[in-house]
Amino acid sequence: MHIAKTLRRYPALSAWLLLLPAVGWLLLFFIAPLFIVLAFSFMQGATYGGVKAVFTLSNYARVIDPLYLSTFLRSLYIAILTTAICLLLGFPLAYFIATRPQRLRYALLLALMVPFWTNFLIRTYAWLTILRTNTGLINGTLLALGVIQQPLPLFGNDFAIVLGLVYGWLPDMVLPIYAALERLDRSLLEAASDLYAPRSRVFLRVIWPLSLPGVVAGAMLVFIPSLGAFVIPAILGGGKSLMIGNVISNQFLTARDWPFGSALSILMMAVMLAATLIYFRSATHSQARTARSEVDL
Amino acid sequence: MYAVELKEVSKHFGSVTAVNRLSLRIADGEFFSLLGPSGCGKTTTLRLIAGFEMPSAGEIFIGGNEQGYLPANRRPVNTVFQHYALFPHMSVAQNVAFGLEMSGVPRREIQRRVGEALEMVHLSGLGNRKPGQLSGGQQQRVALARALVNRPKVLLLDEPLGALDLKLRKAMQVELKALQHQVGITFIYVTHDQEEALTMSDRIGVMHKGSLLQVGSPQEVYEAPQTRFVSDFIGDTNHLDGLVTGLANGEAAVQIRGAQQPVRALTVNGVRLGQQVTVAFRPEKVLLDRQAQPDGNTLAGRVVDVVYTGSSTTYLVRLQDGQQVMARQQNAAVSPQMRFQSGDLVTLSWPVHACKAFAE
Repeated sequence: MHIAKTLRRYPALSAWLLLLPAVGWLLLFFIAPLFIVLAFSFMQGATYGGVKAVFTLSNYARVIDPLYLSTFLRSLYIAILTTAICLLLGFPLAYFIATRPQRLRYALLLALMVPFWTNFLIRTYAWLTILRTNTGLINGTLLALGVIQQPLPLFGNDFAIVLGLVYGWLPDMVLPIYAALERLDRSLLEAASDLYAPRSRVFLRVIWPLSLPGVVAGAMLVFIPSLGAFVIPAILGGGKSLMIGNVISNQFLTARDWPFGSALSILMMAVMLAATLIYFRSATHSQARTARSEVDL
Repeated sequence: MYAVELKEVSKHFGSVTAVNRLSLRIADGEFFSLLGPSGCGKTTTLRLIAGFEMPSAGEIFIGGNEQGYLPANRRPVNTVFQHYALFPHMSVAQNVAFGLEMSGVPRREIQRRVGEALEMVHLSGLGNRKPGQLSGGQQQRVALARALVNRPKVLLLDEPLGALDLKLRKAMQVELKALQHQVGITFIYVTHDQEEALTMSDRIGVMHKGSLLQVGSPQEVYEAPQTRFVSDFIGDTNHLDGLVTGLANGEAAVQIRGAQQPVRALTVNGVRLGQQVTVAFRPEKVLLDRQAQPDGNTLAGRVVDVVYTGSSTTYLVRLQDGQQVMARQQNAAVSPQMRFQSGDLVTLSWPVHACKAFAE
C-alpha cells in the first residue's frame, strides 16, 4: 500500500520505473557493446583474435589505406544509389497505393509485405538462382535459346548488389512515404489546382513538401542498412564485389583482427550518424525552402 | 450574358445520379445559394462548376464560355472549401499569394494585392503566421482572401461557415454579404442551412435528389413554395393530410379527418377533386385561442407540449385524428390569459392565403 501511495504522489517516478526494463536492456546489450567496440578500436590485436590492452591509433591509421578507403567509398556509392532507386520506384508506388480506395489500399500494402514472410537468406539465394552467370534463370534461358552467346553481366558485380538491396529495402521506403501521403488532405490538391496550379506545380509545391517527412524517414531506413549490408554483397557479389560490411565481418571472423574491425565499424557509424544529421537538417531546410514562395513575403 | 449557366447538366457516379439534368442561370454579381439537405447534389454541382468533377452530360458556361473538360486550374473561378484546405506548410501570406504566383503576376503586384486582400478580411499583420496557429474564424478569412485576391469571375463557396460556432457564423454571414457587395463578384454559395440561405442570398435554388426544385428570391421560396419538399425544407411547416371536397377560384376545400369543417387552402399544382393532398402552413401564422375566430381556417385540438424559446413560445397541438400542428406566438405580444398549458383545449386559426394544398 505504501508503495502504491508513493507512486500516486509522484507520477514521474512510476514513468521512470516503467522505462527501467527498456533502458536496462539497451544499456546492457546496445550501449555497453558499443563502448567495447570503441575501446577495442584503440587496442592492439592478439595473435589468435581478441585484443591486448595496449593503446594504439594504428587501427585508424590503417583505415585510411586506399584499399579500405576505396571499398568504403564504393559502399557509400552503392548505398546512395540504392536509396535513390528506392525513392524513384517507391514514391510513385506509395502514391498509387495511398490514392486507392481503402480496401484495395490494405490489400496492396499486404501484397507489398508478403515476400517478407519468407526468410531473407532464402530470398537472396532465389536472386542468386535467377542472376547466376552461366546457369542462372535469365542467362541460362537466353544462352539455351541462342539469343546471346556470352552471358550478360548480371551477377557478381555492383548491379547484382544494388538490385538485391533495392529489392530488400524497397518496402522500407514505401511504407513511411505511404503514411505521409495517406494523411495528405485531398482537398489541398484541389485547392492548388483551383488556384491555377498545373499538375507539376501541385506536386512540387504541395505534395512533395508535405510528404518530405516520409521521404526522409524512408531514405534513412534504406540508406543505413544498405551501407552496412554484408549478406547481400556476400551472396550476390559472388565473392568479388565486396562492401564495407563484408570487410568488417572478415576482420572479425577470418582475419581475426578485432581492433581493426572495430575501427572500421566506428568509422562506418560515424558516417551514418553524419548522414542522419545531414538528412534531417536538409529535410527541414528544404521543407522550409519549398514552402517559401518564389516571392518573399 | 450570365456569370454561370448550366444546361441540362447531369453527373452520375456509377449507378448513382448525383445531379439530374440541372439547368440554371446565375446573373453577374448575384449572390446565389444552392440549398438542400446533405446528399442532394448541391456540392457536386459546385464541383462541376469548379472543374473538380466533369459532367456526364450537359454544358457549363462561365462568363459565356463553354467549359467542356477544362481542368480546374484553367477556369476563371475560385473556391472556398468547407474545411478551408489551407496549405499547412505555407504562411498565411504565401497561401494568399499562391494563385497570383501560379498565374505569373509580377512580384511587386503580388505583394501589394496580398496586403490588400489580408486587409480586406481584417488579417493584416498575421501574414507570417502558419494556418495552424490561427482560430477557425481566422482560417476562414484566409481562405476567403486566398480566393478573392485572384479577382475571379465567380467565387464558389462550399458550406464555408459550417465549421464555425453559431455566434461567429452569424457574424460572418453579415460580413460575407457586405464583402460580396464590396467586390461585386458573383457568389455561388452551397449550404444546407436554410436560415443562412435566406439571410444572405439574392436568389436561392432549392435542390433535392439531384434536381433543382425551385429557384427564387428568399421571400418567394419561403412564402410561395411550389412543392411540399420546399415548404417543408425552408423553415418550420405544418403538414396536414386530407381529402379535396371542393374546388373554386384557386382554392381547395380539404376535409381533415375528425374536423367539423373543411380547411381552405390555395392550390399550387393541379389539385383535383377527391384527391388526397397535404395542406401546409407556417407555425407563426397560426393563432391560438379558447374560442373560434370568425373567418379563416379553424381546427380544435388539445395542447400536448409547450416549448419556450425566449422571444416566442411554440405550442404543439394534437387534433382529433391524431395529427399535430405547431403554433408559434411572440411572447411580447401575448396577454397572460392567452398563455396555455399542456392539456388545455384550444382553437387553432390561420388565414386562407397563408395555407397551401400540395398534391403528392
